[in-house]
Amino acid sequence: MSDSPRPAALHDHAADNLRFIRTTMERASTFTAVPGIGTMLVGITALVAAWLGGGDSTTPRFLMIWLAEGMLAAIIGAVFIVRKASLTNVSLVSATGRRFALAFLPPFAAGAMMTVLFYRHGWTGQLPSMWLLLYGTAVMSGGALSVRVVPFMGATIMAIGVAAAFLPFFSSTLFMGLGFGVVHLTFGFCIARYYGG
Amino acid sequence: MAKQSAAKASPSPRKKGASETQRISPKNAVSSAPLLDRLIHERLRLGIISALAVNDVLTFNDLKALLKTSDGNLSVHARKLEEGGYIACSKGFAGRVPRTEYRLAAAGRRALERYLNHMESLIEAMKR
Repeated sequence: MSDSPRPAALHDHAADNLRFIRTTMERASTFTAVPGIGTMLVGITALVAAWLGGGDSTTPRFLMIWLAEGMLAAIIGAVFIVRKASLTNVSLVSATGRRFALAFLPPFAAGAMMTVLFYRHGWTGQLPSMWLLLYGTAVMSGGALSVRVVPFMGATIMAIGVAAAFLPFFSSTLFMGLGFGVVHLTFGFCIARYYGG
Repeated sequence: MAKQSAAKASPSPRKKGASETQRISPKNAVSSAPLLDRLIHERLRLGIISALAVNDVLTFNDLKALLKTSDGNLSVHARKLEEGGYIACSKGFAGRVPRTEYRLAAAGRRALERYLNHMESLIEAMKR
C-alpha cells in the first residue's frame, strides 16, 4: 500500500497547469489578426505592379505605380486584418493590438518621409532598397508580437532590401517583385494555412 | 473618471504557506500540495492572472475573448481575485460605453511566481 497514485496525479496536474499558464501567456501577448489571405493578395498586386512598373526605378512611372500599389496594399491589409479579427474574435484595440500598431506603423511614417526626401534629392534609384528595408523593419518589429512566421517574413524582406542596396546591377523590379510579391505570397500562404486564415 | 478598487483595499492578501516568493524544495513539494494557493489554483482565475502577467492592463472584453468564458463566470472569478488583492479593477467609460479594466497587483504577481515555483517543484520531485 505504499505506492499511492496521488503523486503521479499531482505531477501530471502540475505539468498541465504549467502548460496552461504558458499558452495563456502566449495567446495574451500575441497579435493573431495578421491575415494570410490578405497578405497573399498583396503579393499578387505587387507582382502586377512589378510587371507594370518596369525595371528602372528612376522613372516617374515606376514611382507612381509603386506608390499606388502601396496604397492599394494598405487598403487590402486593413480590410483583411479587420475581417480576420472579426472571424477569430480578436479585439483590434486590445493591449496587444495597440502594441502591434505602435511597433508596425512608425517605419511606415519614416518611409513616407524618406520617399519625399529621396525624390527631392533625386535618389530615386535607392527607393526600392529603402522601401524594402523599412517595410521589413515594420513587419519584423510588429511581428515580434505576432505568430513566429511574421518576424521571419520581415527579416526576409530586409535581406532582399540589403541585396537591392548592394547589387545595383540587378533590376529593381527583381527585388521589388521578390520582396513584395513572392515573399508575401509564400508567407501569406503559410499564415493562411497554419494560423487561422 | 475611473474608479479604482481592490488591491489597495486589502493590502495583505493571502498568507498561505511560507514567505511570498520562497522556493519550495522538491522534497517538500508533494507534502505541501494541500497548501497550494486555492485562489489562483482554479483554472479560470489562473488564466486571468497569467494573461495579466504579460499585459499591463486588459479590459473585461479582452479577458472574456481570451479565456473564452461567459460574462457571469468571468465576473465572479475576477471579483474573487479582486477581493484577494491579486488584481485591481477600474471602471470607467470609453465614450458612453462602460469599460472595466484589470491590472495585476504586486500580490498577484508574487502569488503567480509562488504558484509556478510550486508546480515546478512538484515536477522535479516526481523526477527523482
